[in-house]
Amino acid sequence: MITLIKRPTPSRFWAYTTPLVAVIATMIAGGLLFATLGKNPVEAIKVIFWDPLFGANAAYFRSQLLVKAGPLILIAAGLAVGFKAGIWNIGAEGQYIMGAVCGAAVALAAYPAESAMLFPAMVIAGAIGGFLWGLIPALLKVFFGTSEILVSLMLVYVAQNLLAYVAFGPLKNPEGFGFPGSRNLQQYPSAHNPELIAGTGAHWGVAAALIAVIGAYILMHRHIAGFRIRVAGEAPRAARFAGVVPARLIVTCLGLSGALAGLAGLFEVSGPSGQITDSFNAGYGFTAIIVAFLGRLHPLGILLAGLLMALTYIGGDMAQLMLGLPAAAIQVFQGMLLFFLLGFDLLTNYRIRIGGARA
Amino acid sequence: MTLGGIDIIVLIATLMTASTPVLLAATGELIAEKAGVLNLGVEGMMIMGAVGGFAAATATGSPVLGFLFGAVAGAVLAMVFAILTQVFLSNQTATGLALTLFGLGLSALIGKGYEGVRPPPTAKLDFGPLGDIPVLGPIFFSHDWVVYASLVLVALTWAFLKFTRAGLVLRAVGESHDAAHALGYRVIAVRIAALAFGGACAGFGGAYLSLVRVPQWTEGMTAGAGWIALAIVVFASWRPERVLIGAYLFGGITALQLQLQAAGYAIPVHLLSMAPYVITIVVLVLLSALHRHGAQAAPADLGRSFHASS
Repeated sequence: MITLIKRPTPSRFWAYTTPLVAVIATMIAGGLLFATLGKNPVEAIKVIFWDPLFGANAAYFRSQLLVKAGPLILIAAGLAVGFKAGIWNIGAEGQYIMGAVCGAAVALAAYPAESAMLFPAMVIAGAIGGFLWGLIPALLKVFFGTSEILVSLMLVYVAQNLLAYVAFGPLKNPEGFGFPGSRNLQQYPSAHNPELIAGTGAHWGVAAALIAVIGAYILMHRHIAGFRIRVAGEAPRAARFAGVVPARLIVTCLGLSGALAGLAGLFEVSGPSGQITDSFNAGYGFTAIIVAFLGRLHPLGILLAGLLMALTYIGGDMAQLMLGLPAAAIQVFQGMLLFFLLGFDLLTNYRIRIGGARA
Repeated sequence: MTLGGIDIIVLIATLMTASTPVLLAATGELIAEKAGVLNLGVEGMMIMGAVGGFAAATATGSPVLGFLFGAVAGAVLAMVFAILTQVFLSNQTATGLALTLFGLGLSALIGKGYEGVRPPPTAKLDFGPLGDIPVLGPIFFSHDWVVYASLVLVALTWAFLKFTRAGLVLRAVGESHDAAHALGYRVIAVRIAALAFGGACAGFGGAYLSLVRVPQWTEGMTAGAGWIALAIVVFASWRPERVLIGAYLFGGITALQLQLQAAGYAIPVHLLSMAPYVITIVVLVLLSALHRHGAQAAPADLGRSFHASS
């Protein structure tokens, strides 16, 4: 008989090892999935995980890595802070959209004036857009006790419809020959978020992601606020005795993660994407949840997890092109990764004993 | 009978079909939550039911088998959640999210070949002369069997929780798993059974979406219906009869905004499509505000993992 014995403190060894074990397990399960789809599993795994980094044309794909990892890391760094405190912002996708819409609106309002102040103004507008969208579930939770999970998620659908509305309405390109979508910000020098170092894919969003990782590390591990956040998540009652004000915590966590998601949206719309369209959002807000957990809610872990997840996106695109693997297969792959991670987490908190009394 | 270009009778009749998927899913989730498990994967289970039901119905030509298979697909996915949260003791919030993300991906993968296909039709029940009664006929006697089945399900759920011993055990497990365990009830087994029921209901509701409501398969077609079902359970303060009210309220708003779109009002389509989500938030807020100082309606052990040693 197998029994589980709760560890007095979580195992540090397993806390670091489970993400690796989960990735390996996902590769095996993913291989089986690809095999059932009639693809050679070894080749599929190689195309997804190896070729984008070291195969032919790797230089191009490596630059895409940062383009995809930037927003994921930026969003996940904010989400992780909230998750640590037991505050579940799962509406980052909506905050991402609102950041992009607000930032782009500022740029399009100023068009065609050129000014060095425009891009900073857009960045601020993007952050505020995401911040305010994240503030809605926060304030509703503080004042009425409404579940932030449900409200933040509902707001994703609201944001999506709002995005479609502005793409077809107020922000539509007047010179777009009736096509939906805004002007392309890549052709508007003051508003463009260019590649900072040629060939790396690193734009301002990647820089912001690095700053967010460092900032989150300092906040969570070198600052009293981080200690409070962690206590609030692990022992809410104890936290209240220690003087943590739940309302302030909720507003901070949702506002911060909203602002970071908004920034991610702004950098995307002014950079790689270029314009507001009704299908502008690519699910980064949801994938970032996986990134946050895969990174163990630790800023440095998130950095690595974001890169890995970006790799699955790029590898997925490649596998789609070269092997005809459906795009959704990668989504399944990412979902499985989260399952395995959550399952193997058992080893962190429990000791497994084979034999012994039935619990 | 029309009001501002909107046919009230048609509105009420469509309300009933529009609410059926969320009603089914919310009833299932209610049972799971009453047993103390918060499964945020309703959306994922619904969409698996939608694609599974659609595939089975087109393959066999029988919508009834489709519904059955949809329910099985939802329950199978719920078992993944059950194993992770009940056996591997994983965090329920995170696992539920994973279930939704996984379900959305897997359904898109399975559904690839079914886009643009039409499913076998589900006939409306024939009530003979009852259907010809003015006003009441089209409202109450013009639907397919699933609409009536969903109403029966709500009634049975209500009776199960209120009058049966098993229902009492289920509620005990949800209120205090330690006490239920001490009394000799098998907490984990009860919870797994409740989750299976919840998954089957969600899958059934999803199949209704793809087989009757739309009727077609499109990627991501549940469009938040699973999340709305979760909101309805909260709205209903964990009571089956109120789930019915919540689901019909939501269905009414959905039906109304579709009718407004059809009636050609000068409101942008996207702003109208937003309405069900905005109103769900508003209702949640109103309800939380009302319950602020009242007794907590949620099962006391909702969302907490049970491990016999702790």
